[in-house]
Amino acid sequence: MTPADWLDAPVTAAHVWALIVLCGLGTWLLRSSFIVVAGGRELPRWMTRALRYVPPAVLAALVVPALLQADVLFSPAWDWTRTAAGLVAAAVALTRRIVLTLVVGMAALWTFMALG
Amino acid sequence: MTASPPADSRPSSAPGRLAQMVAGTRAVSPLIPGILPFALVSAYAAKEAGLSLAQAMGLATVVFAGASQMAFVSLLASGAVAPVILATVLVINLRMVMYSAALAPHLRAAPAWQRGLMAYMLTDQAFAVSVTRFTDAPDTPHKAWLYLGAALPLWLLWQVFTLAGLLLGARVPPEWGLDFTVPLVFLVLLVPAIRDRPSAEAAIVGGGVAVLLAGLPYNLGLMLGALAGIAWGVWAEDRRDRRRARRDRSEREVRP
Repeated sequence: MTPADWLDAPVTAAHVWALIVLCGLGTWLLRSSFIVVAGGRELPRWMTRALRYVPPAVLAALVVPALLQADVLFSPAWDWTRTAAGLVAAAVALTRRIVLTLVVGMAALWTFMALG
Repeated sequence: MTASPPADSRPSSAPGRLAQMVAGTRAVSPLIPGILPFALVSAYAAKEAGLSLAQAMGLATVVFAGASQMAFVSLLASGAVAPVILATVLVINLRMVMYSAALAPHLRAAPAWQRGLMAYMLTDQAFAVSVTRFTDAPDTPHKAWLYLGAALPLWLLWQVFTLAGLLLGARVPPEWGLDFTVPLVFLVLLVPAIRDRPSAEAAIVGGGVAVLLAGLPYNLGLMLGALAGIAWGVWAEDRRDRRRARRDRSEREVRP
């Protein structure tokens, strides 16, 4: 396989395996960046400080666009049921009970879908 | 308040490896219902994209990151070129660097090959569960076993349900909207992550920026939203600390 194949051609079945391995290797390098490579080192203070805000910031960046359906927000494809069910689920999530939140959230979604 | 219940608190004996592994598994078990439909759906998407059974399982075992697996197969199906697929997968998984950095200080005691294996099994769920535990109890022993107790069942079930989805051809009807359980899982994880005002502001900014930038390609909105939220959180903490210091100073001046 020449570099030109990688740049120009759609991936053929024969190249899928090579691409899977590359994606896996790259993802492992990201995952191991600190756990394996920098694991023995003290993290700089600014970093330990910033890391305290990784969970709230990342989780909110995952959750809020999904619940608001941000990719179709302000377009006719937007559908209120997921946002409404998300608000119901958010209230239940305050109990920190995951299964309960899943059950109530899905029940709310199906109810709103039946209504709308 | 005469005797403490033995099952609840045993301050004299620290938990062993197995106990910590069980604790990790117990902590992660409520997240399982959220990932199973995700595994079935991504198996279905891989099959639809024309991957063979071996390739679909290879993707699930070699890459082992749901959102990027879905991006991989949908880009493949749309005839995207390899560099775009690779870059997209890596951008979606960039958040793993942040998880890796947060977990590294706690997993430092393990030998390198074990850390390599633990890194391979790193997921949103394993990270969230174990970092919460480690933050609550920084001196808990056998942290690597607690992490493994959370990460290993997730890995196993992901593979089993991917295979089940491929073999049975189990097609979750999209109109059921079972993919909605994924943000619901992250929602329950988000609640305990908001512990004070700066972390609440980090969440608001992170979520807000991710919504505003949702139109950006390659899932960049997620990354940029997260980075904006983190920066805002640090700034908000600085601001709070300065305000406290000022208040303490003025109180000392009033009452010497």
